[in-house]
Amino acid sequence: MEFFETTILVLQSTIRLSVPLIFAALAGLYSERSGVFDIGLEGKMLAGAFAGAAIASLYESAMFGLLGAVIVSMAFALIHAFASITQRGNQIVSGVAINFIAAGATVILGQAWFRQGGRTPPLSSDAKFNAIELPFAAEVADVPILGPIYSDLLSGHFALTYFAFALVPFTWWVLFRTRFGLRLRAVGENPAAVDTAGISVIWLRYRAVLCCGALCGFAGAYLSMAISAGFGKNMTAGSGFIALAALIFAKWKPVNVMLACLLFGFLNAMEIRLQGKELPLIGEIPIQFMQALPYILTVILLAGFIGKAIPPKAGGVPYVKER
Amino acid sequence: MNNFAIELQKINKSFGPVHANKDIDLKVSKGTIHGIIGENGAGKSTLMSILYGFYHADSGNILIDGNKTTIKDSNAAIAAGIGMVHQHFMLVENFSILENIILGAEGGQLLNSGIANARSELKRLSDEYGLDVDPDAIIEDVPIGVQQRVEILKTLYRGADILILDEPTGVLTPAEADQLFEILELLKQQGKTIILITHKLREIMAITDDVSVMRRGEMVATRTTKDTNVEELAELMVGRRVLLQVEKGPADPKDVVLKVENLNVRDGRGVPMVKDVSFEVRAGEIVGIAGVAGNGQSELMECITGIEHAESGRIVLNGEPIGVTGGSNPSEMRDRGMAHVPEDRHHMGLVLPFEEAENSILGIHQRPEYNKGIFLDIENIRKDANEKIEKYDIRPPNNRLKTANFSGGNQQKIVIAREIETDPEVLIVGQPTRGVDVGAIEFIHRRIIEMRDAGKAILLISVELDEIRSLADRVLVMFDGKIVGERPPETEEGAFGLLMAGIEDGDTTVQNGEAG
Amino acid sequence: MAAPYAKLPKWVDYGLMPVINILVAFLISGLVVWLADESPLKAAGLLIKGAFGYGEGIGYTLFYATSFIFTGLSVAIAIHCGLFNIGSEGQAYIGGIGVALACLAFDSTLPWFLVFPIAIVGAAIFGALWAFIPAYLQAKRGSHIVITTIMFNFIAASLMIYLLVDVFKPDGTMAPQTRGFAEGGQLPRLDWLFGIFGIRTGAAPLNISFILALVAAFVVWLIVWRTRLGYEIRTRGFSPTAAKYAGINEARVIIITMMISGGLAGMMALNPIMGDQHQMQLDFVAGAGFVGIAVALMGRNHPAGIIPAAILFGVLYQGGAEISFEMPNISRDMIVIIQGLVILFAGALENMFRPFIVMIFANLQKSSSSNAIEAGE
Repeated sequence: MEFFETTILVLQSTIRLSVPLIFAALAGLYSERSGVFDIGLEGKMLAGAFAGAAIASLYESAMFGLLGAVIVSMAFALIHAFASITQRGNQIVSGVAINFIAAGATVILGQAWFRQGGRTPPLSSDAKFNAIELPFAAEVADVPILGPIYSDLLSGHFALTYFAFALVPFTWWVLFRTRFGLRLRAVGENPAAVDTAGISVIWLRYRAVLCCGALCGFAGAYLSMAISAGFGKNMTAGSGFIALAALIFAKWKPVNVMLACLLFGFLNAMEIRLQGKELPLIGEIPIQFMQALPYILTVILLAGFIGKAIPPKAGGVPYVKER
Repeated sequence: MNNFAIELQKINKSFGPVHANKDIDLKVSKGTIHGIIGENGAGKSTLMSILYGFYHADSGNILIDGNKTTIKDSNAAIAAGIGMVHQHFMLVENFSILENIILGAEGGQLLNSGIANARSELKRLSDEYGLDVDPDAIIEDVPIGVQQRVEILKTLYRGADILILDEPTGVLTPAEADQLFEILELLKQQGKTIILITHKLREIMAITDDVSVMRRGEMVATRTTKDTNVEELAELMVGRRVLLQVEKGPADPKDVVLKVENLNVRDGRGVPMVKDVSFEVRAGEIVGIAGVAGNGQSELMECITGIEHAESGRIVLNGEPIGVTGGSNPSEMRDRGMAHVPEDRHHMGLVLPFEEAENSILGIHQRPEYNKGIFLDIENIRKDANEKIEKYDIRPPNNRLKTANFSGGNQQKIVIAREIETDPEVLIVGQPTRGVDVGAIEFIHRRIIEMRDAGKAILLISVELDEIRSLADRVLVMFDGKIVGERPPETEEGAFGLLMAGIEDGDTTVQNGEAG
Repeated sequence: MAAPYAKLPKWVDYGLMPVINILVAFLISGLVVWLADESPLKAAGLLIKGAFGYGEGIGYTLFYATSFIFTGLSVAIAIHCGLFNIGSEGQAYIGGIGVALACLAFDSTLPWFLVFPIAIVGAAIFGALWAFIPAYLQAKRGSHIVITTIMFNFIAASLMIYLLVDVFKPDGTMAPQTRGFAEGGQLPRLDWLFGIFGIRTGAAPLNISFILALVAAFVVWLIVWRTRLGYEIRTRGFSPTAAKYAGINEARVIIITMMISGGLAGMMALNPIMGDQHQMQLDFVAGAGFVGIAVALMGRNHPAGIIPAAILFGVLYQGGAEISFEMPNISRDMIVIIQGLVILFAGALENMFRPFIVMIFANLQKSSSSNAIEAGE
């Protein structure tokens, strides 16, 4: 029974830890499927997290905070779009720049505005997202096996968590069942085909990158307004890059993205669980190894040892109209 | 009642100093096939791009069905009933045929209903015009000819009444080309207007009703096809009678220098491109390989020069066998006396951002005369470059100028000079005069003949049959990856045409008509 | 066929354009300072004063610049080969192992001038090896080097924490760092050299690895523009197909270039470890690898541009410290913003102002417009 309880706990934190990854990886999916590489997920998340917490604390409203997070993150996405679509600059370079600007600006502005060493003021429960109890969670908690699964694992998450998981099928539907999705996938593969079909490549890619910005805003808001109650310096701590890794690991497919994020979330949860514990046969696994595992797995995937990750064909290449 | 589907009035378009279209007038009658012919760079594609909204004319009017129309983008062109089949297909390779057809004309925010409609519409169009395709096949899995049908279907699906086809037969086998012409004829009967851009006179004579000739950005003449002939059109096209016959004496072939035996090459996708090819080239002769582009010539050339590996077979160079299935590389081939003027000088033969002098050693940069230890001998490289500049009349004579700033002809001379001056035993030349001005063409041809007369073995690969016929001493014809025949260059054009179409003498069955 | 960029005089291309881009980056940084309720002008004054106002400031400026020259060169040489090495940070971090091992082994038996070369080789080898894996995967298996080097930065960070906590940390101590080095593991300062010019660098840890950085810059110039290898590197960087045609072994060039790149990044570790802290501490790279990206872009991948760009970032680091004393709102994180803006404007947006400049020059040179050489066909 103890094993069961532990499993529930680990899975619960798996869900908790994978939510920002799901938001950010899906964000990257929209952008990269349209042919715009984005290694600036981290920066946009960070900017969103800061803006969300700052605005939520000012207005005492989680909704305002979320809106602020999304808008600021989209503003950063707009910079990326302008640099890589309009100016046809190097998408990698632009992404790197955004990460630095966000990392620096969140601290400088946070310190200047709140004077708490780069932190935003702690959010009251009105200004943050709170866990939601699903109906009858308390009543069924004592039912063996299914009870804990329902009330501990499925219930008791933030609204954003349920939203993140709902986004997965939604993104699949958008991508494969709507006009926007068809065009988005086409422009990432062959922008010239889209252009000659009378569709604006630029506007299409702008929209994709803005979608990416919006979802990064959700990821940031989740970090600073749901699992924590306020922004802290560099609180994304590389999760934007883990999300990028998950996106590659998922071969740019929505359902795979969710699975990859759950896997990386699970590794993270195990890492916290296993800290300082001896495992039978293996002994103590260095916590750092667990931390590095998502990156190692992604490198192995990229090396083509487990399947092949083929990015969208036009990815990273600015579209130049030419004949 | 105006009878013109399209009327262009005084269209002008410049790109910087290049005046690509000068005061172009054009009238295309409804329900006809109208050919536009001209050499590479005559301005045909620019004109059609203006008509399709890709470029904007600097001045001039476009009238569609007699109404003045502004075509600000492709959308406006599509709305005006114009459809375009581009030379390089505008298809999403990992999409199905159906997805490609509805792209841009999905019929609503959601795909479901659009797809169902498209499916039945596609069926109707297929039946009506004989354009048979499997709507669920993925583009990258179907042959080129089918991909082109998809392009035509795309325009019809959008309700195009005017179809522009830009060099549509360049990538087709002759059998596929014939099928295309049948389709075009059918489309014409159904009342569609077709503009066919090409530089192939035979196609013009075979299928068009009217023909307009462009030369250096100008529209020089329009004729009714049945009232003109190939000679007149050719003259209009080039402006003066360019006698392509290069002055050369008879060849004096000596020992076999290059021998290719049972070569098989697959391309990057694993498709067999060269099939069991064998031939010899002797010292003092030029062997030409003719054929429609895409029949394996590029792969053959890249394999012989060591760039790509073969699946099986071997090459014997100067009596020494060379394993081409893995061991060879371009440096080794050069060391063994081979020189290579590649088909694509922009991406292969030259590094465009390099200074001229730097390009003058590309591929031979490891030779002792250009090096001092691990360092390059810059002084000697520049001196050497200057000598070549003088000898080959490369202009401007500045070895520090960026290569991208030279004209096409001079860029090609940089490549030719580099390769010939290595004093090779064998010279492999691909498309030596593509995109090169007339003066440089003569110069380059003369150099190649001189090489032959100096006792070198030369393999010339070109899709320009005229070039092959005037330079080569023996002509091999390649079709679908195979050498399908050998003829003396004097053989009449028609016989070559048949061979290039995969039809051997006395044999009228079409080989591999569906090959992509 | 339409030349997208009209020709500009060389000094405009290599001098004016970058300066304009950098100026815009700094103007926007000023805006951030202003947003943080401080005066941008005052901040700029403090910056200059902090960096150049006194001998010690200069010493610190050049100390920081030393690290950035190494990482800037590291990024630049990879770019010449068409590779974007975002992994200089991790390669520098791993390079520290080489320095630490050399010092730990020989610091009490050999004098510094013998330990130094061993440490140089060690740093270069470890940095190069860390770059080797992404390079190999790119060359042989086509794995995108940008992604793999990002991943390797994180892997390096985890590995180094593990090593410092579980391997290098002496028993009985708490801080995750090696023991302090004896005299043999300490590089001499350059105070005497600057003393000749009457500059007293005081406590600044500016050390002999600054000279090594300058030598490295010269060597990189030699390699890229004067050697056969450099020719092959640039050929592959501009046109992989042409490289193939020229018989250049692409995989070999990619791997060698990345190993040089990693080696240069690794040598950065000498500066803080042997030159300053005299032990290997956690996170001693402190972002210098990423600064290298900004430095390389700003210096247009040429050593003659990288050195001044590195010094500029040295100014920012040192002057930035000065600002944060006087203006509590402006912490060192300001530099991270400036770094990002420089990367944005000198990198991704490098051609944004070009049309304006071209227009101005076109107006200036209308009379001699006919000498343009036609490029298309």
